[in-house]
This record gives sequence, structure tokens and C-alpha cells, in this order.
Amino acid sequence: MSASLSRVEPGDLEKLKRHAYRIRRNALLMGEVQGQGYVGQALGVADVLAVAYFRHLKFRADDPEWEGRDRFLLSIGHYAIALYAALIEAGIVSEDEIENYGSDNSILPMSGMAAYTPGMEITGGSLGHGLGIGVGMALGLKRKSSDSFIYNLLSDGELNEGSTWEAAASASHWKLNNLIAIVDVNDQQADDKSSTVLAYEPIADKWTAFGWETWRVNGNDLEELVQAFDAAVSSESDKPRVIICDTLMGRGVPLLEARDKTHFIRVDENEWSLALAQLDDVYGIK
Amino acid sequence: MTAKKKLKTSAMIASIAAEGQPTTAAPFGHALVEAAASNDKIVGMSADLAKYTDLHIFGNEYPDRFYQMGMAEQLLMSAGAGMAREGFIPFVTTYSVFASRRAYDFIAMAIAEEKLNVKIVCALPGLTTGYGPSHQATEDVAIFRGMPNLTIIDPCDAIDIQQSVQAMVDYDGPVYMRLLRGKVPNVLDRFDDYRFEIGKAKRLIEGGDALIISSGLMTMRAVEAADELKEKGVAVTVVHCPTIKPLDEETILAEVRRHTGKPVFVAENHSVVGGLGESIASLLMRNDVQAQFQQIGLPDEFLDAGALPTLHDRYGISTQEVVKKVNSSLA
Repeated sequence: MSASLSRVEPGDLEKLKRHAYRIRRNALLMGEVQGQGYVGQALGVADVLAVAYFRHLKFRADDPEWEGRDRFLLSIGHYAIALYAALIEAGIVSEDEIENYGSDNSILPMSGMAAYTPGMEITGGSLGHGLGIGVGMALGLKRKSSDSFIYNLLSDGELNEGSTWEAAASASHWKLNNLIAIVDVNDQQADDKSSTVLAYEPIADKWTAFGWETWRVNGNDLEELVQAFDAAVSSESDKPRVIICDTLMGRGVPLLEARDKTHFIRVDENEWSLALAQLDDVYGIK
Repeated sequence: MTAKKKLKTSAMIASIAAEGQPTTAAPFGHALVEAAASNDKIVGMSADLAKYTDLHIFGNEYPDRFYQMGMAEQLLMSAGAGMAREGFIPFVTTYSVFASRRAYDFIAMAIAEEKLNVKIVCALPGLTTGYGPSHQATEDVAIFRGMPNLTIIDPCDAIDIQQSVQAMVDYDGPVYMRLLRGKVPNVLDRFDDYRFEIGKAKRLIEGGDALIISSGLMTMRAVEAADELKEKGVAVTVVHCPTIKPLDEETILAEVRRHTGKPVFVAENHSVVGGLGESIASLLMRNDVQAQFQQIGLPDEFLDAGALPTLHDRYGISTQEVVKKVNSSLA
């Protein structure tokens, strides 16, 4: 951490906890429609999204393209289920869409695409695009003298892509202090553990060396997340900011936390109700 | 047999102008400066090749609207997409080889899939450098033709380039332009009625003995060949087709039908695989139009390094080679 910690009111944390719970619940309900998917990631990153959307992001639920909004770029298109869950919680996407998730003609396709979904800023899925697009948008916002932020959610696997580092170098070259990268480190990618596929540590040192102001937190600890996000948003520095979030896939649903291969999970039909029940248990909801 | 003097490898950005040919310096850069004077949305971005794509002219005139993105073509394309998302009209420049081979996925997914208003202007198309395959974009059109939403422009000369800049600004969507830079020949100014329009092919010369449909610098070759053939009593029709995609199907079908029984050539500064020639061949087949169809283009090979005049002769895209092909088809 490179800035002093902000004070977090207990009431704020309770509020964020409720949002995180509902994001997880929305993701499970969508997962159930398909019987499989990137549910583990959604559960893992739910706390990060709760803090981003419900503490910091400026948005208008009824006007997703409002010029004054902060832009949230999902480069990891397969995390769409996670962002949909947050967009539903934020009222940008209707809850009624849950039952159509991933089905023909749904506005919620399995991989996130800008043309399909309100609030989905870019078409992700081909990893390594988001941060570069973010650089261009951050430059554009500065041209317009806008005080909006660009957020870009990346994953540890996405750091394999060389283009991410082209963009990282450029962001610090251009002093893009309106750009906040969020790296979800869950140590899982398609073939194996991320650390096995292509060793990524020391992540924080790499970003720091590229000229970024860097935080690394437990991405499932709301208080740590709030402090890092608060510091990143309020920093006076001219550097771009990155918040590295270590998360646990399947977080909040013990039966999924225990899964070995969690990148793309299949859940038996009878397990969905169990998963939802476990989530309620974890949050003490009867 | 006397030994021919060996020509030296042409400079990276050798002019394709013949000695004494009238030229315009940096037509793209100057045209962009002019367009930008009345449109403050235009910005320029380059991947360390501003000087080699004539974008430095714009950068010098509008330093606060020019973005040096470093030698990073993937970033150039995605950042261009980001700029367009924020309402600007970025002209992004690099070499054709790097845009087509290296940055394809970024152009496809960050720009074309979302129909973003990015103008991709690239130097060294086809065989316009003697540096060998690393810099010769002999298959860029083949690569880009399969990309939905992308308009592909292959201008002939300085006049085409000047007019196409404003046309690109007026058109809302992604465009790939094959740029001729430096001292660019003036060719089309002798055709009073000519005006560049996206998506339109234009007849420049009316002949009748043979038809050449061409794009890019091969239109210059076709015009030169037609002039030379005319002196020998052979009248060649030349149709310039500077937009390769979307293709002006109506004009091309009409011209080929007008030349039934005559040789029809498609001439392009590109591989015979996947470019304008094959695009027109499939158009003719789909419409059941029979033609004595022949291609003038680069072979399906990685080409040699060397001097451009030598290479244009060797690979059949010099004016003399065009003349020879037309003559032998009529023999």
C-alpha cells in the first residue's frame, strides 16, 4: 500500500456485503440456467465488483451511456456472468434477464460483448485488448477534460498477453492517472493453475516497475478492497493505478470453493439449490 | 553480353515515382492537416512510424492532437479503438505488414467488430520497398478482405490520397488505407472528371481492345501501359477501382460485359492470392459472366530484396510487363 488507509464505516461494509451477496446470488442463478460456466470466477470477484460499483463508480442505471459515467471495461469476456450479476444488482440490466442467460437471443451472452448488453463497454474475450482500449479512452477523456475514471478488470491469466504490457508501459508514459486497472488473481486459467502455466510473480513489482501506483489486497476482504479503491481513486499522483486482488474462486459457496478445476465448472442439477443454500448460510441469511 | 550495372537496394521508403514524373510531397500528411482544420475530432496516432507515414506533418501542425504510441502495434489499434469510443476520429499509422500480420486481432475485435471510427493508414503496401518480406505487405488485402465491416482503400496517387482523406473523415466506420508516402506521383489529375468516392470504380480511359481493372499504383502502370499501347494502335480501357471492399460490383460487371470476347486483366500491387483479382473473379463467377480473365499481380511467394525497378520487372508489375501481357493476350 502506498497511501494512508481510509476510515471505513461499519455501516458501509454491511451495505457492500449485501451487494456482494446479491451479486453472488445472481451469478448462481445465471449459472443454473446453463448448468455450467465461469461461476467460480464470478463468486471470486463479487466483492471486488461490489466495491467498484457500489462505492466508486459513477453511473446512471437508466442511462448507461451517460457521458459523465466512469467506464468499466471487462477485457476478460468470460467473466461476463460476474459483470452481469453486478449490472443487475446496479439496476442497469433487468433481473428478468437472468432466466435468458446464455440462451439464443439473450442480451446476456456467455462472453461479454458491447453490442449486446447495456453497461458492457467493450467486447472482451480476446484477452489483452482491454487495457489498450483503456489507454485510448483515458487519453480521450483527458482530451475532453473529463474527470471520469476508466476501470479495467483483468485476470492473472491475461497478464500472459504481451499486449497488456504494451498498454501498461503506455499508460505510465502518458501519465494516465484516470486509469485504474484491477487484476483478479485467482491462480487459475484454462489449462492449469496460472502459476504453473506461466509464472506471474512478482506481480506487484512488475506493475510498479512499469510506473504504476500499486496496491495488493485480499480481494475477498471488503475492508481491504475499500481502502485500496479509496486510495487509488483519491491519489494525487500522476501515475496510473492498479489494484491486485487475490481472490478465491467459488468464494462464498463451500462446495465450489473445494473444487479442484474451477476455470469452467459443471455443476449437477441438484447441486444448484445446495449452492444457493450454502451461500445463504455463509451470509447468515435464513 | 554486357554486364548490366547492378542497382542498389531501394531505400526503405523509396519513391515509386519515375525520374522526372510530377509528384506531390506527403499528400496524406498535408490533406490530414487540412481536414483537421475544420474538424477538431481528428487525432493522429502512430506506432513509431509517424515520419515514415507522413503523419509527422500533422504532428508538427497539431502537436497536442498527435499521440506517439511507441513501437507497439497492438496497443496502437486498441488505443485507437478507445479514442474512437470517446468520439474522436483517430488516424492510426504504421506499416501494412505490421497492421495486417501483427495487429489483426486488435483491428478485428477492438475496432471492426464494433464498427468504430478508426482510420488505419499504412505505408509500404505490396511491393513498395526493397527490404524484403519483413516489410513487403504482399498479402495485406488477402488478410483484411475477410474482416467484416472493414472498408479497404488502395489509392493510386497523390490526388487519390488527398481526396480519400476527406472521404474517410466523412465516412463513419473503420477504414484500412494502403498509403503511398513521400514523393507520390500525380497521375489522376489529367482525368478532369475523376473524383475519389468510397465504394466506386471509375473508368479513366475508354479503349475496347482489352480491359484493365486496377487499384493502387497499378492504376498508374495501367494508364502508362494504355498510353504506350495506344501509340501502337491498341486501345485499352482502364477502370480504376480504389475501393477493394466493398467492391463496386455494378460498375465492374458492366465493364466486363462491355468487353465480352476481349481480354480482361485485373492488376494489383498485391499477391495474386486473395486480393482484387480473386475478388473480381468470384464476382464474375457468381454472376455467370464469362471473361478472358487474367491477373497481373505479385506471385504467391516471399519476394526478394533489391532495387524496386528491378523487382517490379522481376515480378511483373512494371509498365513494360503490363504492356507485354496485354500484347501477348492479343497476339
